[in-house]
Amino acid sequence: MSTEGRPLSPHLTIYRWPITMTLSILHRMTGIAMSVGLVLFVAWLAAIAWPAVPYEGLDRFFDSGPGRLLLLGWCFSFFFHLANGIRHLLWDTGRLLEKSQAATSSWFVIVSAVLMTAVYWLSV
Amino acid sequence: MSLRSPLSRVLGSGSAKDGTEHWWQQRVTAAALLILGGWFVVSIAGLEQYGQAELANWMAHPFNATMMILLGVTLAWHSSLGVQVVIEDYVHGPALKVLSLVLSKFAHTFLAITAVLAVLKLSLGSAV
Repeated sequence: MSTEGRPLSPHLTIYRWPITMTLSILHRMTGIAMSVGLVLFVAWLAAIAWPAVPYEGLDRFFDSGPGRLLLLGWCFSFFFHLANGIRHLLWDTGRLLEKSQAATSSWFVIVSAVLMTAVYWLSV
Repeated sequence: MSLRSPLSRVLGSGSAKDGTEHWWQQRVTAAALLILGGWFVVSIAGLEQYGQAELANWMAHPFNATMMILLGVTLAWHSSLGVQVVIEDYVHGPALKVLSLVLSKFAHTFLAITAVLAVLKLSLGSAV
């Protein structure tokens, strides 16, 4: 039986993009970003512990332009994943599950993640 | 008529025998990381210098060493659970899927043990 030429049901491109979708994707992306960052985190620990792993090189890299950009990315990822993670934990208790509440909490997560990132970045 | 045995009905765990462990581990490690991650970013921000010697000295403190080991293990655990779901969702084909899942477990175990060993070395001295 041929499956070609059959009509498709309305898909991603048909619906108006809700803010909750952006948050869902960002949660996954920031999680993956931090999984990659975990490798650097452990390399950082190893460099502090063992002379065979050069600390100076790592330090110089994270002081450079690209290095600082990566750190800023991980900083935002941490605070975003943290804020949205709390939103997920609240959902798990059965709270804030209405569509309008999910949209409001989306904006709350975005604003608090950006604010925490800015405050942290400027204070360190 | 149901084909399930009376024993299976009593145990009530379905054909997979499990299913909630992943969900629970993800939530409990998330809750732990709220504390450990929060402690880490605040403590690191409080340091005056970020040289190798200062950090080594900071991590040698028993409380900091304990928290760093908990952080390293919990991070790797939570990350492993997350990456597992991403692989299950996006990597297709049974061989490639199983291979990526196993490699991810290996990598996360390696990272957790390296983190623990590094902190132990700083905490216990040059023996390790």
